Amino acid sequence: MILITILEFLLIAIFAMALGLLFMGIARKVVARTQKRIGPPFYQPYLDVLKLFGKDAITHGFIFDFGAIMAFGGMIATLFFVPIGGIYLYSMSGTLLLVIYLMAIAYLGMAMATVGSGNPLASVGISRALTQMLGYEMPFIVVLLTLIYSSGTSSIVGIMQAQQGGLMNWNLVNVPLGTVVAFIALLGLMGKKPFDAPIAPSEIASGPVVEHGGKYLGLIMLQHSVSIVVKTALFVNLFFGGASNILFFLLKMLIVWLLATLIGSVFPRFKVEEGVLFYWKWPLIGALIQAVIIIF
Amino acid sequence: MKEKYKSSKWQEVINWAQKRSLFMLHYCTGCGAIELPPTMTSRYDMSRFGIGPAATPRQADILLITGYLSTKTLKRVVYTYEQMQDPKFVMGFGSCTINGGMYWDSYNTIKQLDKYLPVDLYIAGCMPRPEAILEGFLDLKQKIEAGEAEGYKKYKEEYEYYKTNQEKVLGEVKRRQ
Repeated sequence: MILITILEFLLIAIFAMALGLLFMGIARKVVARTQKRIGPPFYQPYLDVLKLFGKDAITHGFIFDFGAIMAFGGMIATLFFVPIGGIYLYSMSGTLLLVIYLMAIAYLGMAMATVGSGNPLASVGISRALTQMLGYEMPFIVVLLTLIYSSGTSSIVGIMQAQQGGLMNWNLVNVPLGTVVAFIALLGLMGKKPFDAPIAPSEIASGPVVEHGGKYLGLIMLQHSVSIVVKTALFVNLFFGGASNILFFLLKMLIVWLLATLIGSVFPRFKVEEGVLFYWKWPLIGALIQAVIIIF
Repeated sequence: MKEKYKSSKWQEVINWAQKRSLFMLHYCTGCGAIELPPTMTSRYDMSRFGIGPAATPRQADILLITGYLSTKTLKRVVYTYEQMQDPKFVMGFGSCTINGGMYWDSYNTIKQLDKYLPVDLYIAGCMPRPEAILEGFLDLKQKIEAGEAEGYKKYKEEYEYYKTNQEKVLGEVKRRQ
C-alpha cells in the first residue's frame, strides 16, 4: 500500500518534469516565431537537461548543495497539493494557502544557494526576486481570499468543484477582474518577461543561477519546469474550472502558458521597483474592486 | 579506467546530447563580436542547431575568442576558461587567433592562441561572415560526435606547457587553488 503511494508520488513528479520541459520547448519555439526565427526543435530542453547532467559540476560548499536541493524539493512538494486534471492526492481544506506558502520555499532555497556561492550578482538577483514577490503576492492574495469567500472553501479541489457545470460557472466569468489581476500576478510568479528583473541575463548574468554550472544548472532547469506546471495548473484550477479529463486540463494549461509566453515575448522588462510599484497600484486596485463587488 | 569510461554507451548518449545542445560564451575581445548578433537573430538563427548564448562561464560549453587578444585580456580569458565545466570547447575566430593577423608585429597582442589555450576549431577570415561561423559550429558538432574535440583533456595533460607559455606573457600568475 505504501509502495503504491510512493509510486504515485514518483509518477506525478516525473510527469510534471516531462510536461514542464515540453512547455519550455513550446515556449522557445513560439518566441522564435514571434521574432521571425525558426527556433530550436520543441524537444530542445530535454537535450539541454541530458547534456547538463552529463557535464562536470563544481560545488561551493554544503549550503550551496543544500540550497539547490531545497529549491527543487520545495517545488516538488508544492506539486503534490495541486490537482492535475482529475488526479489529486490531497483534497482537505486549506490547500490553497498551503500552496502559496510552499511556493516561497523554492525561492528561499535559491537564496540559500546564493549565500553558499557568495557571488554578488546572485545576491542582487535573489534580492530582486524576493522584493518582487512582495509585489505580486499582495494582489494575488486578495484575489485568492475573494475566491475563498465566493466558493466557501479554501481547498483547491473544492474551488474546482464549485465551478462545475459549464462555462457560465467558471471563475473566469464570475470573477473577471480578479482573473485579469491573477494573470498579471502569474506573469510575476513565473518570472515572465515584463517581470523578469530577477534573472535579467543582460544585466546581472542570469541572477540567482550565476554560479550554477553543469549538473546544478540541470537541477535548476528541472525545478523551473516543475514550477511552470504548478503555477499554470493552479491558475487553471482556480479560474478555468479545472477539468476531470486530463487532456482537457492539459489543453487549458497550454492556453494559459501560451498566453503568458506571447505577452512575455513582446514586452520589455520592468525595473524591480517599477514592477513592485505597478503591482501595488493597478492590480491591487482591481483586486480590491473585485473583492468589494463579490462581497456586497 | 578513463578509457573505459570514454567508450561506454552512456558517454555516447551524452556526446549525442552535447552535440545538439551547446551554450556558448562569447568573450567579445575583438571585432568578431559584431558578427555574432546577426548569427543569433532572425537572419541566420543559430538556435536552429541548439546553439544559444550562456550568461556565465559556469553555464557555458563553448568559449568563443572573437578576434585579437591583448596580453591583458589573455589573463581574463584564461580565468574564464578555467571556470568552465568539462566538457568545454574553444573556438578561435579570424586570422588574429591563428597567426596574429594584422597585429602580427604588435607589442601587446598575442599571436598564436594555440600556445595558451587548447583550441578545438579555428574559423579563418577577417572577420568570418555569419555563414562561415555557422559552418564552423556544424564542424564542431561533427567533431564532438566523433569524440575528437578533446581540447579540455589536452589542457589537463599538457598543463605545464600551457602554463609556461602563459607565464612567459603574463608574468607569474597567482592562482588561488
